[in-house]
Amino acid sequence: MATRSRLHVAVFLAPAVLVYTAVMIWPLFNTLRLALYAAGDEGRVFAGLANFATLFGDPRWSGAFWNALGNNFWFFFIHMIVQNPIGIALAAILSHPRLRFAALYRSAIFIPTILSFVIVGFAWKLILSPIWGIAPGILDAVGLKALFAPWLGREDYALTTLALISVWQFVGIPMMLIYAALLSIPEEILEAGEIDGITGWSAFWRIKLPLILPSIGIISILTFVGNFNAFDLIYAAQGALAGPDFSTDILGTFLYRTFFGFQLQLGDPHMGSAIATAMFAIILTGVCIYLFAIQTRMRRYQF
Amino acid sequence: MTQGRLGRLSGLMLTTALIATGAAAQDVTLTIESWRNDDLSIWQDQIIPAFEAANPGIKVAFTPSAPAEYNAALNSKLDAGTAGDLITCRPFDASLALYDGGKLADLSDLAAMANFSDVAKSAWQTDDGAHTFCVPMASVIHGFIYNKTAFAELGIEVPATEADFFAALDKIKADGTYIPMAMGTNDQWEAATMGYNNIGPNYWKGEDGRRALIAGTQKLTDEAWVAPYRQLAKWKDYLGDGFEAQTYPDSQNLFTLGRAAVYPAGSWEISGFNAQADFEMGAFPPPVANAGDECYISDHTDIAIGLNAASPNAEAARTFLEWVGSAEFATLYANALPGFFSLNSAPVEMADPLAQEFVSWRGKCHSTIRSTYQILSRGTPNLENETWNASANVIRGSETPEEAGARLQAGLASWYEPQK
Repeated sequence: MATRSRLHVAVFLAPAVLVYTAVMIWPLFNTLRLALYAAGDEGRVFAGLANFATLFGDPRWSGAFWNALGNNFWFFFIHMIVQNPIGIALAAILSHPRLRFAALYRSAIFIPTILSFVIVGFAWKLILSPIWGIAPGILDAVGLKALFAPWLGREDYALTTLALISVWQFVGIPMMLIYAALLSIPEEILEAGEIDGITGWSAFWRIKLPLILPSIGIISILTFVGNFNAFDLIYAAQGALAGPDFSTDILGTFLYRTFFGFQLQLGDPHMGSAIATAMFAIILTGVCIYLFAIQTRMRRYQF
Repeated sequence: MTQGRLGRLSGLMLTTALIATGAAAQDVTLTIESWRNDDLSIWQDQIIPAFEAANPGIKVAFTPSAPAEYNAALNSKLDAGTAGDLITCRPFDASLALYDGGKLADLSDLAAMANFSDVAKSAWQTDDGAHTFCVPMASVIHGFIYNKTAFAELGIEVPATEADFFAALDKIKADGTYIPMAMGTNDQWEAATMGYNNIGPNYWKGEDGRRALIAGTQKLTDEAWVAPYRQLAKWKDYLGDGFEAQTYPDSQNLFTLGRAAVYPAGSWEISGFNAQADFEMGAFPPPVANAGDECYISDHTDIAIGLNAASPNAEAARTFLEWVGSAEFATLYANALPGFFSLNSAPVEMADPLAQEFVSWRGKCHSTIRSTYQILSRGTPNLENETWNASANVIRGSETPEEAGARLQAGLASWYEPQK
């Protein structure tokens, strides 16, 4: 009997395991393997860690890599300090029992999340265009024309602008997750707090926030993985060269240029795989730090 | 019964096969591989009928694929032995790799090759120039397209020297009706292709400079290679507001809507601009330093056609290629696609006045190709891509011309032996 029930498990797991192995696990390990090879005179030759030595040792390659990594951290930082607080604030407002049209606001804020990156990139490029865009006109109407700059074309602002566009697109996700977490807080706890004199803002800070911290943790790690895998928005708005002067180059665009080549530059799948491996290592490290150092220490409450 | 029917059936099939072979023995069908799917109707309605009328017994089929997938699709077809007889050739390394791999036949002995200059053939030759493997079809020429109405309103003459050029731009700027020049740095390639490689040949003396750079006797830090960046740096003041975020389509629209007076151009814009703009346009070549100086233009080889080394119809294909090298083909092609100029040495009559203006510069200036395309963009960092970045930086003012030259030179020297 026992063996038969174990067979069950294998049969039911098989489709998912097979598909996942074929489209995710095998390509992942193959990419890691490809990073250890180089193009020789007669096809592919084993090169050991030579690609990584180039990536981190050659000043050109390492310069581009650290630039991309630094930009990636800035991209992530903007998301953490803008997207998540706004998401939490929106969720707190939406969960207010006396707010009217809550469902309408909720959908309106969530809709950009389901749009394609290409549409978002293109639409914002038009909105911010110094020639045809509506941004200069709107600023002019409120007398702030002097504040307008061709943000996407300036090295100092381009990356922050793109990060904020991405925040606009994805703020719906933390909002929804926190909203769900807030709704799951039982009324009795809040009432108990009220009896003890904790109401309004202090109820949020001292009762609700500690209870939604695990959700905030999950959102942070999702943001981290999403940002370090990002590529689409930068590519759609700025192209593969991630201008101006590589100021918006993140690991994803750096990987794309290297792996697939660009214009007269031929693709180098081996160096590309080395970059992909480095990205994998960075994301893995980040997720491990979260899982082992943060999540295990987070206090959970049972209702 | 069954056997009888089968026998009759196979007999029938044999007859059909015989008929088919009979037809094939009379008519050879040549298939052309190409990425120019935009040109399908031009080939089917104009070019192929003209050839077939003159060469009975040879049929030609034009079978293009999408530009972005052409190289990959062609490579796999060639490897599988299913590629067409005639192969449209990309310039430089993509086609050179096919020739080195034995996929393209050597066409050096084609009589029509005598109709093309060395510059015209350079994009489809081995590095030493000994073997040519594609018949050049067309090039694109760089220069400036201007709004004739705007120039007339402001009383500006077409500039011949740099001083005239900047005086004209100053005048347009002072008047304020038009943006002096329509260009942006957002897409980067505009700055390099329509900027640096447009005005540069006058400084590095065209082919002399380009060959010296390949040979390693000149460096990108030399005055001839830095000076074009100095001129680009001056352009900044004449571009529209927010040019940093202006894209290539933005620039095209600014010009064709009549909001900008001068457009640094490639001749491929001609047919699009003719359709969009409702004012009269003129063109002038990149201005020279002093009146009467020799002028140089970027006359960039872009498209050619070669012979699949494995083609069973090599004889007929060579007949076709000889025809592609003739003056008749040159006239047909250049008129069907204004802005794509025949590389044939024989003068070609063209109806489009703007195209005529562009091609007339070949008579008074020396032709060269874009400096970064041959050999110099084989390594990493890639000189062409770096030039995009440097040109855009210099125009925005975030890098000085000298810094740009030094950075490009260091990048090139890091992998290119003659520059070490």
